Amino acid sequence: MSLKIDGARPDPDKLLARVQAEEAQEMRGKLKIFLGYAAGVGKTYAMLEAAHQRKNDGVDIVIGYIETHKRAETEALVTGLEIIPRRQVEYRNVQIPEMDIDAILVRKPRLVLVDELAHTNAPGSRHPKRYQDVGELLDSGIDVYTTLNIQHLESLNDIVAQITGALVRETIPDSVIDNVTDIVVIDLPPEELLTRLKEGKVYIPEQAQRAIEKFFRKGNLTALREMMMRRAAERVDNQMRAYMRNESIPGPWAAGERLLVCISPGTISERLVRTARRLADELNAKWYAVYVETPDQIKLSQEKRDRVANMLQLAEVLGARSVSIPASSVSEVVLDYAHRHNVTKIIVGKPLRPHWQELLRGSVVDELIHSNGGIDIYIVTHEAEPVKPQVPEGWRPHQPWPRYIWASLLAAAATGVSALIFPFISPTNLVIVYLLAVVLSAFYLGRGPAVLTSILSVVAFDFFFIAPQFTMAVSDTEYLLTFAGLLAVGLIISHLTALVREQADAAQSHEAQTVALYELGKDLTVTAKLNDIAKTVITQIGQTFGRDVAIFLPDESGLLKVYAASPGLTIVDTELAVADWSYQRGQAAGRGTDTLPEASMRYQPLRTSRGVVGVLGVRPADAGHYLTHDQRRTLDAFANQVAMAIERARLAEQARQAEILEITDKLQSALLNSISHDLRTPLVSITGALSSLRDESFHLDDASRRSLLDTAHEEADRLNRLVGNLLDMTRLEAGAVRVHKEICDVQDLVGSALEQMNGRIGKHPINIDISQNLPNVSFDFILISRVLVNVIDNALKYSDAEAPVEIHAQAANGFLEIAVADRGSGIPKEDLTKIFDKFYRVQRPDNVIGTGLGLAISKGIIEAHNGFVAAENRPDGGTIITLALPIR
Amino acid sequence: MADTNFKILVVDDERAIRRFLVVALAGQHVVFEAANGEEALRIVTLERPDLVILDMGLPDMDGVEVTRRLREWTDIPIIIISVREREEDKIAALDAGADDYLTKPFGIGELMARIRVAIRRSVPSADDPIFQTGELSLDLARRLVTVRGKQVGLTPIEYDILRILAQHAGKVLTHHHLLNMIWGASYENQTHLLRVNISNLRAKIEDDASRPKYILTELGVGYRLKSF
Repeated sequence: MSLKIDGARPDPDKLLARVQAEEAQEMRGKLKIFLGYAAGVGKTYAMLEAAHQRKNDGVDIVIGYIETHKRAETEALVTGLEIIPRRQVEYRNVQIPEMDIDAILVRKPRLVLVDELAHTNAPGSRHPKRYQDVGELLDSGIDVYTTLNIQHLESLNDIVAQITGALVRETIPDSVIDNVTDIVVIDLPPEELLTRLKEGKVYIPEQAQRAIEKFFRKGNLTALREMMMRRAAERVDNQMRAYMRNESIPGPWAAGERLLVCISPGTISERLVRTARRLADELNAKWYAVYVETPDQIKLSQEKRDRVANMLQLAEVLGARSVSIPASSVSEVVLDYAHRHNVTKIIVGKPLRPHWQELLRGSVVDELIHSNGGIDIYIVTHEAEPVKPQVPEGWRPHQPWPRYIWASLLAAAATGVSALIFPFISPTNLVIVYLLAVVLSAFYLGRGPAVLTSILSVVAFDFFFIAPQFTMAVSDTEYLLTFAGLLAVGLIISHLTALVREQADAAQSHEAQTVALYELGKDLTVTAKLNDIAKTVITQIGQTFGRDVAIFLPDESGLLKVYAASPGLTIVDTELAVADWSYQRGQAAGRGTDTLPEASMRYQPLRTSRGVVGVLGVRPADAGHYLTHDQRRTLDAFANQVAMAIERARLAEQARQAEILEITDKLQSALLNSISHDLRTPLVSITGALSSLRDESFHLDDASRRSLLDTAHEEADRLNRLVGNLLDMTRLEAGAVRVHKEICDVQDLVGSALEQMNGRIGKHPINIDISQNLPNVSFDFILISRVLVNVIDNALKYSDAEAPVEIHAQAANGFLEIAVADRGSGIPKEDLTKIFDKFYRVQRPDNVIGTGLGLAISKGIIEAHNGFVAAENRPDGGTIITLALPIR
Repeated sequence: MADTNFKILVVDDERAIRRFLVVALAGQHVVFEAANGEEALRIVTLERPDLVILDMGLPDMDGVEVTRRLREWTDIPIIIISVREREEDKIAALDAGADDYLTKPFGIGELMARIRVAIRRSVPSADDPIFQTGELSLDLARRLVTVRGKQVGLTPIEYDILRILAQHAGKVLTHHHLLNMIWGASYENQTHLLRVNISNLRAKIEDDASRPKYILTELGVGYRLKSF
């Protein structure tokens, strides 16, 4: 109940009442329900466990009634607890064991365990239902633990019937749950429950075998489980709200919603009542059930009367205030009652009569809609859920009164104009002026006012211009026809013009949508990258709908994350959870939907033919703003576009990756082939030479011997260098090269490089020119000498046998430049930078040996020193390779 | 004393390398084998060889460790063999007391030359004040240096460097050792001092300073005076 009067401080009387209720509560025992959604989830077991716990704490516990279904684990838990023996009730010559309330009351334990709260007692028991027994126990101050399945709740009865196909007969009123102290939810995933069922751990009475199998289907179980969770959560919510109210904490709940449901003799009433109850729960609203007894209903059949009575009672049971009012007009009374009790929403059922009957006889629903005066009308049909009636655009129900005034004024104006021209033309022609007024009225003011204008026009016409003037009488009966004509035409014009106007408006709004969609589409086709798409979407939707936008996309592991959002929009975890729900289910969720409507944003899943690729979140700037139906449709269309664009971007990215992978693959195999070849080739000569030398049947002369040995030796050398190069390259790639810089002597460097090359220099003259007074440069001596060796090697490789090689060293532009020049055939212009790439070899007609790593390694090392390498062709033939090391 | 019939201990965990070394040396010398550090130390104690060829990459003990342990009680010449990149190991071993080093893969000629030099040093030579190698001659008594008959003027430090190199002719001397000997212990890391002096020295005694014949740079380790 709401304690607040005006939303601020609690009403003192109500506060007192609550305190008194609380005191009474203290006297009363506490009820703890172990709630489950199906048999076999383990409620009894859990209850017994909890009981043992309390027993260890020293609480006096007895078992009032336990149904173990002969399950071993449950039986085991029963031992150790005192059991109050059951009472045998005789009914039709059968002894039925029931709980012995009196024995328990006499025993007066602190806590009693009572299984199966929804049980119906055998006739002859004190109360027809066990929950009433429990009520008595509670009243005498004994705490009770009990078990219950969610489908036994009265308010959920019809939904459960829909889900499981079986009607649950043993129900308990929701008020029992509402007053409970504690609910323990015993949850078991449906799959596990089904496993248990298969293992025979779930009790099934033989006669119910078939029905139970139908019941224990995964879909059913899941739905029931969800229902249970919701109900339990609602209760927590209620507790929270109660707490907040008690502490006078201003809360976010709707301020004083009140519902009214109209009960009729029709069968739809039951559905109405239950719907009203659920809606009342969600809105935390008080609700009323009203039955209006009109004179013709006194003649109703007994069956229908009973039905009405039952419905009223049901409503009471479910927590409403039921009222039966005799009156003559249903809608009038209902609205009156609604206004007096500050009802905000009325729930009615859709009538089943044919349309023409309603036109003639009128329907309550129509009347209610017409005169609702600010109260929402919910119409419940037999299949669908409450639908808000679409108020036709042409009505413009807001501010109707001024329009009628304008309509009257138009009629007056027409009269005025007519009066001016009256002397000059025949009265019949004045009709035109009035028609003009009607047209204007219809176009600018709408149907209703236009009708008013028509009528006023006829009246004015008659009064002012038809003889006898200034009376309503008509002397010439011909004018009656004119009147009729004027009125008829007036009405038709009103209708048509208003229609045209509506259509034009609709067309305009559609066009606006189409243009917006076109713009978005145009922008999206241009962008290919996910980033750009996100930006475009946020801007466009932001502009079109005036809302903040967030885009959620799954990351590599499939978890939904915020990909992009309007500036200033932060997404909290709870919102992310809603977005995730939308993503998983592929349905809209959040604000303005049926799922999690308290979220601050509306989440639209982005679907393509391949599934859901992400979620679009939209939040209005103004919290009270909701999207209109048209806007929602447009948003859907937008979402489609966005989904496709995102999918396109993703696919493009995947294609690119696949392409890169393919190229890398190819490169790797080419590389491995090349290295394999280069490593094996020297071995061919070595093995060949050694095997020849070994083979005693070969008779080789000394010169041949010598030759083979020399070859083997050279090739071994070459292999050694190759391996060294590969290692260097690997180290460079792995970043494992450590550069020890120290101030070094360039001359020393050149000398030691040449020393390392020894045999390979052969007959090539080497000219060394090191400029004097070179500044001190620090570099890693070992690494740079290796570089120099590689470069000189390169020069020698591409030169003729006795061509000279020059080595220059000088300081220029802040760098120490060491240049190695050869007189070889030069390098093609386009390859001048490529020669420093890994494994690059300039295509030459004659087979040039080497893997092409030397220069790449050199480049790597020099660059690790923050220097650079360059190659150029000499004007008169040959190449110069320059190594530059920074001086500072 | 002939350069043959020495007792040489070969220490390497690779069987193939041991085989090569044994075959190469057994013609002229008596060869012992060891596959790990412990075994090596044992054989040195038992057999008292004239030279140890020691691989750095032993399974049980670091080559530097073996060197150190040996140097605790013997002056036996030690030649270490290691892989190209491990300069720090070479320097550490040389500083710990090894006499020379070889980089894998090496030729037998090189090996023989090193062995010769190493053993020669350990045999105390008659005090010969004049040291000769190639066209370079050094008169230790009179502190005179001549190249191709012409006298060369050296600064005291340059002379000292040359002298020490000559006294260990054919053997590698680490930067640290040279700096320590000439400038003192606190100068051990001032390699640029050494480089500059070596550079000047080369300019004075070499035909072509860019392609030195006498004073050779041992990459990353030190210098060696070539003995012809």
